[in-house]
Amino acid sequence: DFNERCAQCSEVNWGLTDGGRFYCRSCHNVTERTREVVNTDFISNTRIQTISKGLKKQEKTDRGCEWYVCEGFQLVLKKQAEALEALGVCPQMKDEILCNFWRRYLQKTKQAYCNRPAGETVKALSVCDSSTDVDSEPERPSLLHFLSLSESEGDLQTDCSFASSISKISESTSVCSGSVDGSSYLMKNRKEKLRMTMPMTLSFCYMALLWLREPMTLSDLLRFVVEGHIPYLNVFQHFPEKMKLYGLDLKIFCVESWPVYEEVYNKMLELAAFLDLPRFPDITDSCFLHPDMLCMKYLMEANLPDELHNWTCRVVKKICIGEADFLTLVPGNKSTRNVKYDVLAAAVIVVVLKLLFLLDDHYEWLLSDFVEERNKNNKEGGPYFEFKKWYKVIKCSLDVKEKKLDEERAKYLWRCEKPLFYSAKKKAKVLKRRQIVVNLQNQFGKLSGSVQPAEKPNPSSFQLSWSEENTDGSCFHGHSLKGILQEKCGLLTAMNPDYWLCTVKLCNEKLCGHLAHYREVDFPQSYHFVLRLFAFLLRIQPSYIHDEVCVIEHKLFNKKLCKKPKYKTGLRK
Amino acid sequence: SSHEYKLNFKKSKEVCLSYIQDAMLQKQWKRAAEFLTFYIESLEKDFSTEYMGPSEIIWRIGTEILCHHSHSSMKEFISFIEQMKTLGVKRYLKVCLEHAFHLLCNGLIDEAYQNLSLAESWRFGEQTAIQDKEMKLIQAYRGLLDYYSWCKQKNIMLEHGQDGFEDLSVEQEMHSCFRKAAVNLKEIIKIPGVWDLFVKCYVDLLEFYGDHNEARQVLNEYAYNSKFPANPNAHVYLYQFLKRHGESKKSLISALKILHDIVPSHELMIDFNIMLQKSKKRKKRRLGLEVIFAALDYAGWKENVKAWSCLARQVKQIVISEKHLDWIKQEWNSRKDWWPAFHFSRYLAKRNWQENESLSYEKALVAGILLGKDCKYFKYVSHQGCKAQVKRFRILKKFVTKHNPVYLRISG
Repeated sequence: DFNERCAQCSEVNWGLTDGGRFYCRSCHNVTERTREVVNTDFISNTRIQTISKGLKKQEKTDRGCEWYVCEGFQLVLKKQAEALEALGVCPQMKDEILCNFWRRYLQKTKQAYCNRPAGETVKALSVCDSSTDVDSEPERPSLLHFLSLSESEGDLQTDCSFASSISKISESTSVCSGSVDGSSYLMKNRKEKLRMTMPMTLSFCYMALLWLREPMTLSDLLRFVVEGHIPYLNVFQHFPEKMKLYGLDLKIFCVESWPVYEEVYNKMLELAAFLDLPRFPDITDSCFLHPDMLCMKYLMEANLPDELHNWTCRVVKKICIGEADFLTLVPGNKSTRNVKYDVLAAAVIVVVLKLLFLLDDHYEWLLSDFVEERNKNNKEGGPYFEFKKWYKVIKCSLDVKEKKLDEERAKYLWRCEKPLFYSAKKKAKVLKRRQIVVNLQNQFGKLSGSVQPAEKPNPSSFQLSWSEENTDGSCFHGHSLKGILQEKCGLLTAMNPDYWLCTVKLCNEKLCGHLAHYREVDFPQSYHFVLRLFAFLLRIQPSYIHDEVCVIEHKLFNKKLCKKPKYKTGLRK
Repeated sequence: SSHEYKLNFKKSKEVCLSYIQDAMLQKQWKRAAEFLTFYIESLEKDFSTEYMGPSEIIWRIGTEILCHHSHSSMKEFISFIEQMKTLGVKRYLKVCLEHAFHLLCNGLIDEAYQNLSLAESWRFGEQTAIQDKEMKLIQAYRGLLDYYSWCKQKNIMLEHGQDGFEDLSVEQEMHSCFRKAAVNLKEIIKIPGVWDLFVKCYVDLLEFYGDHNEARQVLNEYAYNSKFPANPNAHVYLYQFLKRHGESKKSLISALKILHDIVPSHELMIDFNIMLQKSKKRKKRRLGLEVIFAALDYAGWKENVKAWSCLARQVKQIVISEKHLDWIKQEWNSRKDWWPAFHFSRYLAKRNWQENESLSYEKALVAGILLGKDCKYFKYVSHQGCKAQVKRFRILKKFVTKHNPVYLRISG
C-alpha cells in the first residue's frame, strides 16, 4: 500500500480522511494522494504480475484484495438499516445514528483490536480519527459515504462452508479466510471485549431505534428478522461479488439460529456501556415505548376492551414505571434494572387482568356467568365484557396461529442460492450437492399438489387484528367493564376483592439469572393462557413475562408484603 | 403447552421430519412431499455423525412417497433413485438392490435384471469389500432371475417336446441359465440366513438335473446347521424332498419331529400324526397323541375335521384297547381347564351341528370320552344326531355310553 514517507515528518503512518485522502497521523499533514489512486495501482500491478507469473499466481490473486471482517459487518448494518427504512423508520437512523454508533465502536475496538505495525496503512474505515471529537453533536459524515468507500475497495474472496463444519477444524491449522483477519478474529477470544457478531448487528439496530425512540420494540424487530423483512440470515449474499466468504468467515457471518431476545437485549446494554454513550433520549408518555402507549397497542391486539387502558395507566402510575427516569436507558448504570418495554407492557396487562378477574380458574368463570346474566338486561349501548366469550375467541385464534407458526418452523429454509465452500477442493462437491438439492426440491415440489410459493407475510406491527365491524361479536374493544365493576363510595372498583401473588419472594437475579421460576403446572390455567397469548405476540418464553409480572406485583403490593402475607387488596384510584 | 420461540437449523429439521412422519402415517402423500421439499436442504449439512443421516432419510422417505403418490411415475422413480445412488457411496449397492426390487414389483423383470447385472460390475475401492454382503445379495437375486429364465426355457422345451419338436438352442439356453443360476444360488445359501426362496429354486434345479445327493445335502444343511436361524420351512422342504424320493418313514418322522417342536400348529401335523399312529413303536404312537392334541390347542384348527378325526380315531382306539389310558390322562390334564370352553361349549355344539355334521361327529366322540356322556357338547350333538336318525350318531351314543367309566378314570 501507501508506503511513502511523509513530506513533513518523514514518518510512515498514514490514515485516510473523509475525503479519501491520505494524511499523516503523526503530524496531520494531508496529502493529495487518494485511496482510489493507490487502489488502481495496486490492482493493475497485480494484474501485470498475474499475467507474467502464470496461472498459479493468478489463483492467489483471484482472491483479490483484502477485506476486513468489520467491513463485512458494516455492509450488514447498511443492509439492515435500509430495510428498516423501507419499513418506515426515519432515514436519520441509517444516515446518522447507526453510522455513528458504528464509528464509535470501530474507534473503541480498533484501539484494543489490532497491533498496528508501523507503516501499515489502515483501511478506509478507521477514519474515526482520534482527533475528531465523537461526542460532539453536529456534522457527521453520512454512513453512505463510508460504505461507498469500502465498496470500492478491492476484491474479496470468500470460500467457505458452513459454520458448524468449521468447528471440526482445529484452530491450529492455518485455515484460510477470505477476510484478512478472519482467522485471527476468531482466535482472539476472551481478552477482547465485544467482538462483533451477527446477533450484535441486531443489538446495534435496536440501540439506534431506541435512541430515536422509533415505534418498534425489540420483539417487533426480531419478528421482522425471522419473517425475512430485515436481512440477517444469509445476508452475505448481498455482499458484492468480489467480496467472497471463505473458510472461517463463515463462522462469523453465517447464522444458523433465530436471534434470541435476551441475547440481543443484553448485548445492546453491554454495547451502550462499552461505547460510553450518554443517557438516551427520554422516554416520555408520548413515546410509543411508554407503557401507556404500548399497553394500548397490546390491549387492542389482544382484543381486550379499551376501558382496560384506564386500569393499566393506574397501575403504571401507582408503581411509578411511567417516569422518564425509570424508562430511559442510562448505559452503564447498574443500579437500575433495565427496561424491556414490550415485556413490561404485557406484564402490566396481565396484572390488571389478575386484579379484575383473579384468574384462579374459578372466579373468572363465575364472574363471567354473572355478567352474562346482567347482559340480558343490559339496556345500555354496548355489551358488558364477558371473560368466557373472550377466552373462546382468543383461544381459537391463538391455536390457529400457533399451529401455523409451528408449520413455518418446520418449513423454514436456511440455505440460500449462493452456495458456500470451505475450500477450493470442496467446491465441486458442494456445487454438486446443491444441484441435487435443487433437483430433488423440484421433483417433490411438483408432487406437493397445489404448491403455493411461500408468501412472505407483509410486515405488520399487528399480528392479530379485530374489527368492530364484525357482526359476529368477536371484537371486544368496545365492550364495557361495567359488568365486573361496582360502585363504592362514588368510585368504581373491581368486584373481585382478592389477589394472589405469583411469588412471595423474588429470586436473586444475579445468582440464578431469573427473578422467578415459572412452571406451568404450578399456576392456574387461565393465568397460563394469558401468558401464552402475550408470549406468542412477543415471541418470547412465558417465563419472561412471568418474571416481569412478579416484579410489578412486588412493587404494587410492596407495603403489604413488608407487613405480612395477606393477599387481600382492592385497588382504588 | 408453551411453544418454543427459539429455533436453529437442527431443531427446525427435526420438526420438519416429524411433520413428514405424521403425514406419511396418515397417508397424506402430497403433504409429506411438501414437507420433504423443506427437509431436503439438510443434505448440504450431511456430516453423517448420526446413525441415520439426511441422505439416508431422504432416500427412504422419498422412496415411500414415490411408491404411494398417485402422480408419481416409474420415470420419476428412476430419476430419483439414480440421484440417491450418487449421494452415498456407502449405500450404493443397497440402493441398487431396492431399485431392482421396485422394478420387480412393477413387473419389469428385464430392467431389474439389467440393473442387477450393472450393480454386479460396480467397483469402488475398499467399498467393494465392505459392501460384500450386499453384493452377494445382488448376485443371488440375479441368480433367482436366471432361475426364472431357466423355468421359462424349460417350459418351452417341454412344450416342444410334446409337439415333437426338438430345439437345441432352447436347450442350450436353458442349460446356460442353469449354470448361472446355480452358481449364485449356491453361494448365497452358504451364508447363515433365511433363504427359503433361493433354497427351493436351487433344489428344484438340482433335482431336475438328477443331483439328488447335492440336493439332500443342501436341505440338511439348511435345516440342521445350528448357525442358521431356526426356520420351520427348512424342515418342511426337507420333509417334502424326502417324501418325494420315497425315503423311510423313520427319516420322515425325524424331519417332522423338529417341525412339531418349533411349530406345533403346522399343517403337516396331520400327516405326522397319521404316520405316528400307524407306527409299531409305542413311543411313536404316544408322540402322535401329543402331536394331535398340541395342534388342536390352536384356534386355527378348531374347525378342522381331519384333525378331529385323527384325534377321535386315536382316542377311540386307546379306549377300545383299554391300554394306555394314562396317555389320554396326561394329555388331558393340562387341557381340562380350558378345552371345554374352547371347543365343547353348547354354543359350539349348536354351530358345529348346523354347519358341519362331520365335524360335530368327530368332536362329539372326543368330548364324550373326555367329558363323559353328560357333557353339554355330547348331549346336544348326539341328541340332534339321533333325532335326525343319522346312523353313526346312534352308534356313537352307544359307544360313549358303554365306555363312560373311562371318563371317570381320565378326569379323576
